[in-house]
Amino acid sequence: MKKNDPFSKWQENELAKSLARFPERKEKFTNHGGKEITRLALPGEIDEAYLENSGFPGNFPFTRGVQPTMYRGRLWTMRQYAGFSSAAESNRRYRYLLEQGTTGLSVAFDLPTQIGYDSDDPMSMGEVGKVGVAIDSLRDMEVLFDHIPMDSVSTSMTINSPAIVLLAMYVAVAEKQGVPAEKLRGTIQNDILKEYVARGTYIFPPAPSLRLITNIFQWCGTHTPVFNTISISGYHIREAGSTAVQEVAFTLANGITYVQTALDAGLELDVFARRLAFFFNASSDLLEEVAKFRAARRLWARIMKERFKATKPSSFMLRFHTQTAGNTLTAQQIDNNIVRVTIQALAAVLGGTQSLHTNSRDEALSLPTEESVRTALRTQQILAHESGVASTVDPLAGSYFIENLTDSIEKEALELIEKIDKAGGVVAAIEEGFIQRQIENAAYEYQKEIESGERLIVGVNSFQVDEEKSASTLKVDPEIENVQVGNLSQLKETRDNNKVRESLNELDRAARSETNLFPYVLNAVKEYATLGEICNILRGVFGEYR
Amino acid sequence: MNTTHPPYRILIAKPGLDGHDRGAKFIARALRDDGFEVVYTGIRRTPEEIAAAAIQEDVAAIGLSSLSGAHMRLFPAVIEALKQAGCDDIPVLGGGVIPDDDIVGLKKAGIVQVFTPGTPLQDILDAFRNACRNNNPKGY
Repeated sequence: MKKNDPFSKWQENELAKSLARFPERKEKFTNHGGKEITRLALPGEIDEAYLENSGFPGNFPFTRGVQPTMYRGRLWTMRQYAGFSSAAESNRRYRYLLEQGTTGLSVAFDLPTQIGYDSDDPMSMGEVGKVGVAIDSLRDMEVLFDHIPMDSVSTSMTINSPAIVLLAMYVAVAEKQGVPAEKLRGTIQNDILKEYVARGTYIFPPAPSLRLITNIFQWCGTHTPVFNTISISGYHIREAGSTAVQEVAFTLANGITYVQTALDAGLELDVFARRLAFFFNASSDLLEEVAKFRAARRLWARIMKERFKATKPSSFMLRFHTQTAGNTLTAQQIDNNIVRVTIQALAAVLGGTQSLHTNSRDEALSLPTEESVRTALRTQQILAHESGVASTVDPLAGSYFIENLTDSIEKEALELIEKIDKAGGVVAAIEEGFIQRQIENAAYEYQKEIESGERLIVGVNSFQVDEEKSASTLKVDPEIENVQVGNLSQLKETRDNNKVRESLNELDRAARSETNLFPYVLNAVKEYATLGEICNILRGVFGEYR
Repeated sequence: MNTTHPPYRILIAKPGLDGHDRGAKFIARALRDDGFEVVYTGIRRTPEEIAAAAIQEDVAAIGLSSLSGAHMRLFPAVIEALKQAGCDDIPVLGGGVIPDDDIVGLKKAGIVQVFTPGTPLQDILDAFRNACRNNNPKGY
């Protein structure tokens, strides 16, 4: 090739820079036999169409991945979503996962926490500690991160409506550990729009919710420069029954809304855009999923460039976390789920994910046992170290099937985004029920196909066996609710209640103005105001959705 | 349409804070397609709200859905709320991510039928129809 051709330029610039900063994991990647595995396979001729639609990894439009060397440089983060019962119990599970080689934490909160209720709220009945850990105040958060090095472990937190409160608690605990905010790495989900259509943990109406999100973008822009301030999530949209195209379209449409809201509030695009992260589902249709990830990456890059006129490469990059599809797990012959998860995880890796959660085999029955979680993690480790797929970049590129599907998913998703634009944007489309209807119809059709036997699900509508359903499942001790309530009343007796009241009053005043609420929430959290108290102040000012 | 026997009316409800309603919505729609009248409460209802809605809508049966593991507290609480309102003759069925070990307890608490993941739709439709018929033979 000529010296000045695009490939040489990429090698001299992006690749050389990347290799200097992040050397590859091995000096040589070889097969059994010692033959070297190519870093990046290319078509025979690099033409305009290739450059426009595929390009080189780490280059616009990022179809082939966001980093030049992808997993040769660093493997994806193996991040298992976990949390249940009390903070102490969850802390034990996190330390176990870290010992087992997980490389990032992912905190699951219980539903009362996610919806801004304390454990003693009547609305919390039966839900305390069930699907995640119960956090009522900074005290619980201190226990949750006890002996976990917050300067080196990155933490993802699945929290949306009250994200500002939990992030403030995280910052406050780190401070107590002596870790400055600017060193904190991780992600908060902070994606309210999909809650209205798919996941259900909304508290406030859309407008004040979007304000809270923008407040977080702004505060983090100066205080936590490497923390991802949002994880724009298609995962739950897909779990609710959407198609792959709808998942991409609704997720990116939500992304567009967050970007536009932040721009309208005067934030600088190239500062906040690099902290946007995404979260997708990996379902069982292996090839469609790989194409979906590639299409989403390319479409977002184009949207950021063409629609928002971003200029920095870091603004174009769609970086994403993936979780395997919970809805595909069956309660029948549960070991089959390990195979499903393997296919789905493979799709995520072939699609270039930055981090991955693999579901456990028993999750159609209950929260996973420790043993099941280990197998799920081992699945990732086998993909990483034995399968060979991490030795080369974007290995399915150039397959006629994959490239055609990548094109068509991008095209159809864009058409759906344009429909939402025409309907007045995402918030209007939610209020009108357009997005919910689309998802519902897709879910209904899919389930009908299963019921009619047109779509075979192994062990469910075909290949059944008589089985003793005796898998040992994890049970959350119902006592946790009482323990949590007891601790809460003790906290309210020992904290400085005057200071709590004062901090809440200040928050109330701030919420009625236009000011950034983060410092006020942080202050209240440090005084041990509870999550419920803080959210009730905001409910009073913002109102509740529905 | 059978004019002498009106269609049974069903309340599909989501007690507690769980927002996963793909299953609830599917069952609601499938019941409708099968000739039932269906009222869906939407997510995040208290047991008292569900009982009140059942009475107000004069339903023949209630279907509860929970995927968050709170069923052992919330399903019996709905039965209790119906009792308080003097309407515990309305049969209550339930489904979700429910471990086998819990099914006996739920039935003891008065839940007529419990459906776990993978239950064929026809079984669920039949169970609703039977529950309605046992309670009031005049319907379809």
